[in-house]
Amino acid sequence: MEFIIEYFTLILGDGNWKFWLEGISLTLMFVSLSLLIGGVLSIPLAIARANRHPIFNPMVWSFTYFFRGTPLLVQTYLLYYGLPQFDFVKDSFMWPMLREATWCALIAFTLNTAAYTTEIFRGAIEAVPHGEIEAAKACGMSPFKRMRRIILPSALRISLPAYSNEVIFMLHGSVILGVLPIIDIFGAAKTINSRYYVSFEGFIPCAILYMILVFGITRIFRMLEKRYHAHLRPRTS
Amino acid sequence: MFKKITMAAAGLAMTFAASSAMADGHMLKIGVEGAYPPFSEKTADGTLVGFDVDIAMALCEKMGKKCELVEQDWDGIIPNLLNKKYDAIIASMSITEERKKKVDFSEKYYNTPSRFVAKEGVDWADTNEGLAGKTVGVQRGTIQHDYLLAVYPDADVKPYGTAEEAYLDIEAGRLDAILVDSLAVDGGFLKTDAGKGFAFFGGDHSDPKYFGDGAGVAVRKGEEELRDAFTKAIQEIRADGTYEKINMKYFDFDIYGG
Repeated sequence: MEFIIEYFTLILGDGNWKFWLEGISLTLMFVSLSLLIGGVLSIPLAIARANRHPIFNPMVWSFTYFFRGTPLLVQTYLLYYGLPQFDFVKDSFMWPMLREATWCALIAFTLNTAAYTTEIFRGAIEAVPHGEIEAAKACGMSPFKRMRRIILPSALRISLPAYSNEVIFMLHGSVILGVLPIIDIFGAAKTINSRYYVSFEGFIPCAILYMILVFGITRIFRMLEKRYHAHLRPRTS
Repeated sequence: MFKKITMAAAGLAMTFAASSAMADGHMLKIGVEGAYPPFSEKTADGTLVGFDVDIAMALCEKMGKKCELVEQDWDGIIPNLLNKKYDAIIASMSITEERKKKVDFSEKYYNTPSRFVAKEGVDWADTNEGLAGKTVGVQRGTIQHDYLLAVYPDADVKPYGTAEEAYLDIEAGRLDAILVDSLAVDGGFLKTDAGKGFAFFGGDHSDPKYFGDGAGVAVRKGEEELRDAFTKAIQEIRADGTYEKINMKYFDFDIYGG
């Protein structure tokens, strides 16, 4: 009993609960913002890939290949330590933003998730049943209308399970914030460990918090799948 | 099957025997940080050098022991002492009450104040009001970190894994100021090319409540014999001039402090 009290004093006492609160809100903010912006970016990119656009397809392919071909940590470091090497970056109007670790991380995370999501959506667009597109054509829909009304809604549905993995990977990838001077959940754990000279005590609540977040994510996706895959489920009656 | 288990047990027993022999015998493992110039740093070919390293070697010689240096990140330096990865820490570790709960310390082997560093010519006061809203970098889990959290609640404190990362970021323009041991930042940053255009501001910070009583050698609790051997060796190298020779190699005044 005494041990438990001691443990909770260690991880929550002495103002440490503030690190956890800050960590949770920063992790959630970074992950949701990068997923949101990355997701929006990825839709036109995926369409360009799926349509084999002669100019854009190779460009988008190079982009996704780079961001899927290198670790997120390396991408973040390239941005974070690379940019200040150039004086024109430090003199530009962007510097007040790029000087912040938060922006470097957000840019790296967004581009990374955009690359993965582009490929997920591309695969989904290509997997839209041909019959649906034929039917749309037969109804006289223009290519744009076909994309908007038939192909994209169908593709987004198909990509739900794969995308839920991407969301979880992004959450796990966000521990990279903790190696920058940003206090996310992992950073909070490291700060508490180093404040009390312990090696793993702080990682226990850290692991539990990530598990709870993943539980929430899988729940949300289960709901979404239930709703948007309703037409695919076998009839029960 | 049974034979395998006995052999494994014998192997285990030998490992235990070996590790305890390390602590009692002539072989001593010393944990150093290797990223805190000029106290400890790595040369291009990977050798550990610096004031801490030289002091460690001199102490070992006085104690008549063979020493092996083990490089260790600051974050895990106390946990890994407790895990017996090495037997002592000689890494500019300040003797503080909080740390004394975990480890035992020898007498100090040096004591220097901490100071703020920023771009040359800033007119900020080194108080909480003066640094309100400023971005201040510090090494995570150090006395300077605790001091900033306690005394500078209005500053935006950015914790780094090593002092060198904080130097990189103040040079890159990401930090307004850093708080570091004055000698470490002088030799490790201000006197290097990267530190051009940066300077100390404000006075010395050495409130013993946060900064403790100087840097000592840390050993596991209960190893009084080893601790006292280090204390005795520190007194000996102070007395016979070895300390002064090492001191003058890195600094132009006596850093032992009053």
